[in-house]
Amino acid sequence: MKVKYFAWVRERIGIAEETVEPPADVRTVNDLIGWLSSRGEAYAYAFEKPKVIRAAIDHAHVKQDAVISGAREVAFFPPMTGG
Amino acid sequence: MSVTATIRIQEADFDVAQEIAALTKGRTDIGAVVSFSGICRGSEDGEPIAALTLEHYPGMAEAEIARHADEALTRWPLQGLTIIHRFGRIAPGENIVLVVTASPHRQAAFEAAEFLMDYLKTNAPFWKREESEKGTSWIEARDHDDAAAARWTKP
Repeated sequence: MKVKYFAWVRERIGIAEETVEPPADVRTVNDLIGWLSSRGEAYAYAFEKPKVIRAAIDHAHVKQDAVISGAREVAFFPPMTGG
Repeated sequence: MSVTATIRIQEADFDVAQEIAALTKGRTDIGAVVSFSGICRGSEDGEPIAALTLEHYPGMAEAEIARHADEALTRWPLQGLTIIHRFGRIAPGENIVLVVTASPHRQAAFEAAEFLMDYLKTNAPFWKREESEKGTSWIEARDHDDAAAARWTKP
């Protein structure tokens, strides 16, 4: 699946998007945050306060207990500040 | 008559008067037009700022705004709706966002415009970064924006 990062999450990780294949036991958005955090310091820094992070699956906002199976694109970002 | 919202996400500036004129041109059924323009301030908490840079999530930004536009069209008797949100670097005094609502009477136009702005601020995937003499920093989301959006939730 494709994973996209925005705003300071993107800056901390250092890339805007990547394609990942998480192991089968990574079932939810929360699991994915945990798995990504284990991939290196930059990820751990970006996700150091998981509660602050917002997520979207295929362009729709989701909660962190949302199941990611079948997702084409998961995105992580800070709370929105548009308008 | 079914109403389709005009939604644009663009880097270029827009002309508020022109957008209102486009919505009302040749119409005699519209009784009220409300427009909200969000403009880049030249200072934040007393500190001068050089510019804002807005990042967005292409694809999701359109989808999220369209979803809320549809909801506004369902909840209020609107005759026209335009939403424009800019991204990229925006200097003080320049436009950031525009919501224009048209309806037979003012209350629906006011309420729909407020509803849309409250949701744009909290749900549309845009992020503002501020440039000042101290460098650049991401603007943090504000709790009162969440509270403003929450009041529109149906019981």
